[in-house]
Amino acid sequence: MPEKHIVLRNCGVINPEDLTSYTARGGFQALKKALSIGPEQIIKEIKESGLRGRGGAGFPCGLKWEFTRNTKEQSKYLICNADEGEVGTFKDHFILENDPFSLIEGIAIASYAIGVKKSYIYLRGEYHNLSGRLQNAINQAKENKFLTHVNIEIREGAGAYVCGEESALMDSIEGKRGEARFKPPFPTDKGLWQKPTVINNVETLMNIPQIILNGAAWFNQIGTERSKGTKVFSVSGDVACPGVYELILGSSLKELLINISQSDNIKVVQIGGATGRLVPGTAIDTPLSFESVLGAGSITVFNETRNIMDIVYHTMEFLAEESCGKCTPCREGTEVMKLIIDKFRCGNGTQHDMQLLTELSSAMSLASLCGLGQAAPNVITDSMQYFRDVYESLIPANLRGVKA
Amino acid sequence: MRNGFGISMNKSEETISISNNNGENLLVLLEEEQRKSGYLSQEFITALAQSLDTPVSEIYGVISFYSFLSNKLQGRNIIRICKNLPCFLKNSELIIKCITQELGIKPGQTTPDGRFTLVLTNCIGACDKAPAMMINNDIYGDLTPQKITKILESYK
Repeated sequence: MPEKHIVLRNCGVINPEDLTSYTARGGFQALKKALSIGPEQIIKEIKESGLRGRGGAGFPCGLKWEFTRNTKEQSKYLICNADEGEVGTFKDHFILENDPFSLIEGIAIASYAIGVKKSYIYLRGEYHNLSGRLQNAINQAKENKFLTHVNIEIREGAGAYVCGEESALMDSIEGKRGEARFKPPFPTDKGLWQKPTVINNVETLMNIPQIILNGAAWFNQIGTERSKGTKVFSVSGDVACPGVYELILGSSLKELLINISQSDNIKVVQIGGATGRLVPGTAIDTPLSFESVLGAGSITVFNETRNIMDIVYHTMEFLAEESCGKCTPCREGTEVMKLIIDKFRCGNGTQHDMQLLTELSSAMSLASLCGLGQAAPNVITDSMQYFRDVYESLIPANLRGVKA
Repeated sequence: MRNGFGISMNKSEETISISNNNGENLLVLLEEEQRKSGYLSQEFITALAQSLDTPVSEIYGVISFYSFLSNKLQGRNIIRICKNLPCFLKNSELIIKCITQELGIKPGQTTPDGRFTLVLTNCIGACDKAPAMMINNDIYGDLTPQKITKILESYK
């Protein structure tokens, strides 16, 4: 079976309100070990484990930690990104609800290794109901003297998808509009309040205690050459069993869809949410890994009855609404794309529109400031590649073949 | 010196800034007031601008950026129905229609008695329970038209 629980090992097993049920499962043993081996050894273990960021970008976690640890700056920060806003993603909600303690232990170990005294958990506003449970976990860990080296504060978002983008997230913690920043400088150099900052996804930090306890070699033998460990997937849409599944990286998308979440007659799958990729039903025999397709692990399934233009339109509508508006390619591009797709939806497309979509796509992915604008055209380019006939059928017959 | 908003006015330190790591934080202040009063009144914004020595436009810019902040009076309960794809696939449009009929208002409007404000929102992370909505901070999933009346009744 491709299913393996590293991140979810305590979910549904422990009482998420009670620290003693966590310590009874070996909780905070990893922190104890981490404190005894020291920061350099921790970072070495994480680097050797091959752990990559689980928020979508897949940057090597140990390297990020090392860059920040090695800066001369005295004040630096760790941010746990719990702004899970990607359409179709709900894994972090499940994790925070069922095992907040592993996250706190992961943050405690990371903070010690990087040398930060202040860490933030940026929780999306929609998850306000989880903040009490999270604060309770922090309080209990504090009372039991597990957090003597770091102060962890929860900051809540206020309903802005783009704040899941790391630079926008930092602006939001600073109290501003959550707009993306120019990079470089990267956060590890100039991040929160222009100080070196590590930003890790919830799921990334959940892996830390188990890697420290079991060693880099143990983690390194799970997964593929460039994708180590497991990934937690959020599966929704036209499936019989929607839900959260943790699979060894490199597992087959087909197995997850057919055998585990039980879907059939698949037309297309959107992997990685609104900024993710489309995989047609004929191509689902592919591995889930950083080498192939992954994103933050959201998988939305569409069966044969679904209209491809509805999928593209809803995705563009979402992106146009959530674009922060700072850079022109994204702000204007998403809006224009939405309008053009609506024309096709009404059967009023033109050849010129198709050409315009292609040009916009390349300009946006090249010139947008952050991942939102760069990846916004994915749904257009993928749908034009796999469902070109649908686009062409939505051009009025008298205009087909007419060049711009 | 402290003023009505609990903001430190000591200009010699960084604490006056809306974006420092020690003192008050504009977004946090706005979130607190939103939670307390249900919206951000013109009076509040003007007074906050004065006490922070920040232009009103900057504060308005932050308010308009975040969908949970509002400078308009809202209902006592805010219904947010998810309109994104996973919920759309599970017929969220029927739920939207059902609630608009039940309350007699369109998305973006507030009932005349001030009981509900209805908005359409982006993904709330309950896609496995689609179609889903939030009322205030509570999430409701696997919605059907039959369930709606009972859920709404529990909010006064």
